[in-house]
Amino acid sequence: MATAFEVLSPGFLTTVQDRGRLTYRRIGMPTAGALDQYSFRIANMLVGNNPLAACLETTYIGPTLRVLCNTVIALTGALCDAAINGKPMAQWKAIKVHSGDIISIGQALNGVRSYLSVACGIDVPLIMESRSTFIRGKIGGIEGRALKKGDEIGIFTSSDLEPCDSNAIPEPYKPTWSSDITLRVILGPQDNHFSENGLATFFNSTYTITEESDRMGYRLNGNGIAYVSWEAGQIISDPIPLGAVQIPPNGQPIITLMDAQTTGGYPKIATICTADLSLIAQGKPGDKVHFTAIGNDEAVKSLREQEQKISILGTMMKSHPQEDGQYFHVMVNGLPFDVWVKPE
Amino acid sequence: MECVDGGQTLHNSFEIKQAGDSSLLVQFRDEISPEINAAVRRLDYAFNKMNIPGIIETVPAYCSLLIIFDPLALDIEVLRQTIVDIGKSFNFSALPQPIVTTIPVCYGGSFGPDLDFVCQYTHLTKEEVIALHSERNYLIYMLGFLPGFPYLGGIDKRLTVPRLDTPRISVHSGSVGIANNQTGIYPVESPGGWRIIGRTPLNVYDPFRKPPVLFDAGNYLRFKPINAQEYESIRKQVEAGTYKLETQDVKGRAV
Repeated sequence: MATAFEVLSPGFLTTVQDRGRLTYRRIGMPTAGALDQYSFRIANMLVGNNPLAACLETTYIGPTLRVLCNTVIALTGALCDAAINGKPMAQWKAIKVHSGDIISIGQALNGVRSYLSVACGIDVPLIMESRSTFIRGKIGGIEGRALKKGDEIGIFTSSDLEPCDSNAIPEPYKPTWSSDITLRVILGPQDNHFSENGLATFFNSTYTITEESDRMGYRLNGNGIAYVSWEAGQIISDPIPLGAVQIPPNGQPIITLMDAQTTGGYPKIATICTADLSLIAQGKPGDKVHFTAIGNDEAVKSLREQEQKISILGTMMKSHPQEDGQYFHVMVNGLPFDVWVKPE
Repeated sequence: MECVDGGQTLHNSFEIKQAGDSSLLVQFRDEISPEINAAVRRLDYAFNKMNIPGIIETVPAYCSLLIIFDPLALDIEVLRQTIVDIGKSFNFSALPQPIVTTIPVCYGGSFGPDLDFVCQYTHLTKEEVIALHSERNYLIYMLGFLPGFPYLGGIDKRLTVPRLDTPRISVHSGSVGIANNQTGIYPVESPGGWRIIGRTPLNVYDPFRKPPVLFDAGNYLRFKPINAQEYESIRKQVEAGTYKLETQDVKGRAV
């Protein structure tokens, strides 16, 4: 363990995040985790980490950090006004930093959330198999809260290999974010609670992301979506999947994200396909949103293509063993698997 | 309240709805009842017993079960058929009986600042309120709202009270509250609008413990009145990690 950074200014909302708590929704624990999982995983790959290692997730305005040990970092996700010692910092690329350097992430220029990875990953306690910060539950990350000035951030260390900074992501693999977002959805589970008019409104309208949008969910504003009847607006509380589009009685959609409550009583007209979740998570207030219906085959195909992209990148990156195990990304019968092998 | 779990079948049919590319929602008859919740519990148990590769988690609720899976490891149509087959042919005789977990509660005083209000509102004495609240099994329909927060069924109608006009900014963890026709325990310190009538010395939720919550959906809770001295004594045992949780079956036999 080493201390990698001292927080000089925390930014708007900077939290430690990883893949999230995947198997605790049944006790009411939200998944938490990085909102843009694609950018998060690539940030880790660039510095040779396994894709489950914890990174910093920034929001709108990133932190300013003093580097306290020589290491390698990478910044992915939102394009932002980032600098090291006042000189512009490359993104989607591994970069060596030295003790005393000042990293300032600055303002997001395209997208909202950036991911700062560091070789071997951030060392905070593992809680329910994840290091992700869940602020409402006061757990994970640094004391269950966002970074604040004066925090010191520890990292794991590895004596095995010299950190390398030759990794970079080719241009076609770097996403950019439009302020006119089309989200592909699968209808249901409660699409039958909406009138034909209501469904037509949902698919034919342009919605605007409101200021009330955060890690829990995105509230949209636009033409109200009608239920089939007054009673159809009430359901007995049921489990909410990630990406569900809930319609409360005011008819305005709420998109459910990582920190949202696990159960709720609003009907869910549709659910965003997994491959498109990062598109909405990088959206900002004022951006436009359209919904388009797709079938299950297209949703799974998109997700498979995204995984294959990550696999291809994986073969280009140099990685090294760390913590107490080693990560492998393997394809079996055309399906991608994350395998993390660690000694008993 | 009557505990219904004798059935050997799924009680009635269910509908399987798609909920995105990574989950299926199994929807039972749309009602809040012990019978339907028992059917959810049976399917949840039977399904998890199969250990199907590609399943991430199941989330039980009042009258539905969400099955979350990895669509790159498991085909949705195969999963759908598996659920249908379980409904048709699973032998539920292996289903363990539900467990009743005893939650000791110190009622009133600084632990239950709203007990006096509840007495005034319901025209019951403190002893009557405590007896009505504690001498029964509550079905845990589901966990949600906060990590470890149980949605309980079966409160006595005489204990129906309104929420606070202005919610408290902070309710101590372990606080036991009632509001409208519901009762529950605050698993973590949080804002809250329920009338607080007592507090348990147990950590019903501890993020570092395995499992993090002392009880699971589909089982039962029973509140046991304790005095302040017992509260302190149990609290010390909880902190030392020596407290032995009291559990029994629905007929009151220790398990």
